Amino acid sequence: MRQIWDIPGGIHPPENKTQSTGDAIANIPLPAEIVLPLNQHIGAPAIPCVAVGDKVLKGQVVAEAQGLVSAPIHASTSGTISAIEQRFIPHPSGMMSDCIVITPDGEDQWTTLHPVPDYKALDHAELVALIRQAGIAGMGGAGFPTAVKLNPRADRKVHTLILNGTECEPYITADDMLMRERADEVVAGTLLLAHILGTPETILIGIEDNKPEAIAAMQAAVDKHAQQSRGIAIDVVSFPTKYPSGGEKQLIQILTGKEVPSGQIPATIGIVVQNVGTAVATYRAVTFGEPLVSRITTVVGETLKQQRNIEVLIGTPVDHVLTLHGYQAEKKSRLIIGGPMMGFTVEHTNIPVVKTTNCILVPSNEEIPPTQPAQACIRCGMCAEACPANLLPQQLFWYSQAEDTEKLEQHNLFDCIECGACSYVCPSNIPLVQYYRASKGTIRQQELAKKQSDRARQRFEFRQERIAKAEAEKEAKRLARKKAAEEAKKKLAAQAGNEPEKNAATSSAAGSTTPVPKTPEQASTGATDTNQLPKLERALSSAKSREERAQQQLAEAKANGEDARIEPLSARLKQAELKVKEAEEKLKAYQQGENLPSSAVPEKLQQKLSLSPRQKAEKNIETLQKRIATAEEKLAEAEQANASTTDALRQGVEKLNQKLAEAQRELEATAEDGITAEKGAAAVDAPTMSAAEIAIAKAQAKAAAQASMSDDEKNQAQIASLQKRLDKARERLAKAEAENNDNIDAFRIGVEKLEAKLAEAQQPQTTP
Amino acid sequence: MALLKITSPHVHGTNSTSRVMAKVALACAPGIMALTLWFGFGSLCNIILCIGFCLSFEAIALKLRQRDVRFFLSDFSAVVTALLLGIALPPFAPWWLIAIGSFFSIVVAKQLYGGLGFNPFNPAMVGYVVLLISFPVEMTTWLPAMANSQGLGTIEGLAQVFAGHAFTSLDAYTGATPLDIVKQNSSAVLSDLYQQQSVFKNSHFAGTGWEWVNLAFLGGGIYLLWRKIFTWHAPISMLGTLAVLSALFYDGGSSSSPGSPLLHLFSGGTMLGAFFIVTDPVTSAVSNKGRVVYGIGIGALVFVIRAWGNYPDAIAFSVLLMNFAAPFIDYYTQPRTYGHVKKPGKPSQK
Ligand code: SF4
Ligand code: SF4
Repeated sequence: MRQIWDIPGGIHPPENKTQSTGDAIANIPLPAEIVLPLNQHIGAPAIPCVAVGDKVLKGQVVAEAQGLVSAPIHASTSGTISAIEQRFIPHPSGMMSDCIVITPDGEDQWTTLHPVPDYKALDHAELVALIRQAGIAGMGGAGFPTAVKLNPRADRKVHTLILNGTECEPYITADDMLMRERADEVVAGTLLLAHILGTPETILIGIEDNKPEAIAAMQAAVDKHAQQSRGIAIDVVSFPTKYPSGGEKQLIQILTGKEVPSGQIPATIGIVVQNVGTAVATYRAVTFGEPLVSRITTVVGETLKQQRNIEVLIGTPVDHVLTLHGYQAEKKSRLIIGGPMMGFTVEHTNIPVVKTTNCILVPSNEEIPPTQPAQACIRCGMCAEACPANLLPQQLFWYSQAEDTEKLEQHNLFDCIECGACSYVCPSNIPLVQYYRASKGTIRQQELAKKQSDRARQRFEFRQERIAKAEAEKEAKRLARKKAAEEAKKKLAAQAGNEPEKNAATSSAAGSTTPVPKTPEQASTGATDTNQLPKLERALSSAKSREERAQQQLAEAKANGEDARIEPLSARLKQAELKVKEAEEKLKAYQQGENLPSSAVPEKLQQKLSLSPRQKAEKNIETLQKRIATAEEKLAEAEQANASTTDALRQGVEKLNQKLAEAQRELEATAEDGITAEKGAAAVDAPTMSAAEIAIAKAQAKAAAQASMSDDEKNQAQIASLQKRLDKARERLAKAEAENNDNIDAFRIGVEKLEAKLAEAQQPQTTP
Repeated sequence: MALLKITSPHVHGTNSTSRVMAKVALACAPGIMALTLWFGFGSLCNIILCIGFCLSFEAIALKLRQRDVRFFLSDFSAVVTALLLGIALPPFAPWWLIAIGSFFSIVVAKQLYGGLGFNPFNPAMVGYVVLLISFPVEMTTWLPAMANSQGLGTIEGLAQVFAGHAFTSLDAYTGATPLDIVKQNSSAVLSDLYQQQSVFKNSHFAGTGWEWVNLAFLGGGIYLLWRKIFTWHAPISMLGTLAVLSALFYDGGSSSSPGSPLLHLFSGGTMLGAFFIVTDPVTSAVSNKGRVVYGIGIGALVFVIRAWGNYPDAIAFSVLLMNFAAPFIDYYTQPRTYGHVKKPGKPSQK
């Protein structure tokens, strides 16, 4: 006898297994339709490869596996594809999912199969491929694609293969009946699995001691196999009945005394566990070429006239099964897919049997009465006594209620196998597992969110770094440039000695058409040139700060769960990002341009400078009109979106309009040239003018005054007015900030612009 | 029609909190019988009053907290608290003493903390200690055991309970407990003490009546252990520690001896404490290992206070002190989870 180990905890719920073991495994008539969900396994759903109206044969692939952890789906009978649509599937959430619906033709005709009577002729990869193509997924309930499990990493030698015939859940007898009736196939499947895994030294078939018939049958089959002496020893091990000894980790502990490290798979410690049903399916898939199209399912519960195990086609609707077993709906308490401990209830009977459906349980109200209301946890510790994973369920419950995720993880919430033993024994009827599931869900979500924000932060930090680097480079370049400029100046000064006459000649030749002398022009272009860089940098940095702010706000909104704000904020962030990019590009372009000799100063600038006042004014009007158009567009947009910036935008439009008016007046003024001053003065005196006329007149007067001012005076006046405006804008910004107004951004932009303008205005004097 | 939707597990054991509490109450029965047999109806009287007060306070508190009164009363936890408090108080305690004790037990120690399961301190012990500190005289007058025949008459007893003062004749009846005697003794060697003092008359090892009372509570405790209401960890480690320490310091029974292990195990509230108070799940440590530590702590504290402290009996103080320590014990005794090499809780991960 092999040594066996005990697991901590565990419970002994009423087994309720005899109801369904009286009859042999039966077959049932074909249903009116077969519904094949595309996702019956853990992993990516399969992709349909048939179309509505196609005729399919039993065993034909109707949906292909997608990726490594996935499984294909086969037609479980011959017929016509009548639909590919959303149907209810057996899932705890009661959700709908894509299904392929087949209308059977009643022939149940197989497609051509490719049996491999001697699997030893195939190599490992071919066998795994065969199993993958057969669409086999763990039949014990979890539904992990079997082929993946049979393909452990090369560096992990599997030394123990365990066949799980425990079936510790009450009511379920599918594996029990399978072992009783098809023991030879189980042994054959075991040998095949052993072969695929490179013949592990130890091969065990674990069965709870409440299934003496199954143990006897398996022992006989194993003995028979041993007589044929094929050289591989299989041990049938029985152990005391206790729930949940059939859990993969628990079974490993019982049979080997080892524990699977937390968060790892059994293959890490050289162990592979397969369900006995899976072994049979694998055997049939290889030897007879039959894909997984049917399974053994226990149909049990007091609302049924007949309780037994059936071999049922995958995709058979549950209501079809229930009707055939004399379902009395009036007695029902719930419909459970799986066992009473770990199964889940579904609200509809119009769901199909899938690859993992090991039990359909429809108990009566007396059999499984409705749950009692939960009382307070008295911390009696009975749950901890029952927990097979050695957790402290009462603490987990406590922290789950408090949503203390840190403590939950500290108490190893994720090692909970959701067996339900704790809930079962809890005298206060607390639905502990429900709390754990909920907490696990939230923690997973939080982790996902954290990962995303981490990534965002990394990206941000990376960018900051990049910017800092770029800045440093820029600084270096600027220094170099300055030096170069100085040298150039010196050279220029040296050349100046030869130049004057030429200069004078050109200026005199050009006459009145170019009133601006050339040297100042050069100087001024130089000035704008050097102005340009800090301006661009400023633009960039302000764009960046805006972007940061937007990011911050967005993060805040997300953290506070203000869904309504997230969308506009992310839109704003995107805009800000675009602006940053633009600014960066401009700066870069500028820097590149700067490396060119100074003679290559942008033509546009020169053009602008060489324009006559009239042309200038006209041009000014043109650009202003353009700007107004875009501003108005923006305003309309904002109004439509009901954005908070509407007001600011409106103000902008108004201002632009004013400017336009001003510019037009200026144009007029230039047209009338010298007389404007007198005319303006006279106009002010006129007593019969309307308000509008007064305004116009005032503006004209201003323009005239400006025109009559010397350049310097003009400049100073401009600076003063700019400063006034700036002060006002700053005030407004401060107020907005104090009130946490939504328009802060708009105000800030305004201030920045004004600052830039002011700096520009001041520049010519500081850099003569 | 849609079917009922509930998550797993769908079956539930037959256990329920009210059943647990009922079993605890039942297990108190032999102890109460022994008390009545040896000390008259005093304890019974206490218990009845306690139950009345506790249930009323519980109901009022639940009402004020806007809870479903009937649903929460039906967990019987207030009854168990009342039982324990009633047993712990000296027989025929005046009604107002009981009222104050019940108030502190139920309202202050339990409901103010959020009700059953949220109270960090054992409610009955809180009530008891408050009384002990506030009314030391009333709390330390135990009747001598008189095997009923000469015991305080029921009428006189009730008079004391409700009139609020003791009859003069009652003074004759009041006496010290065996633990008091041993504590206050400074001259006689223990064997002489056993001969002289009436509390040890007819006694085998721990004082007349007391040993029977303690044996009865032990019996109740064993019943609860058998019914798996609690595990052996806390009570056995507490008793074991107490026995070991008292054996170590016994010194053969000189005049300064703190008393024999048997005296300590079977006198005073030892067994009541070990099986009915230390095992209170709400306020003890949660894991089995933690409960061993918790029990050892209480056993040691009981002995230390009895031997060198100011109070002759020390169950209540020790339990409250260890209630304090329970969260720390929990932190350091978290069991090793399946698949983990290191103990959880410690910052070993990552
Ligand atoms: S079994 Fe229930 S009442 Fe007891 S400690 Fe666990 S959760 Fe609390
Ligand atoms: S459900 Fe989780 S906590 Fe409860 S007994 Fe099972 S493993 Fe332990």
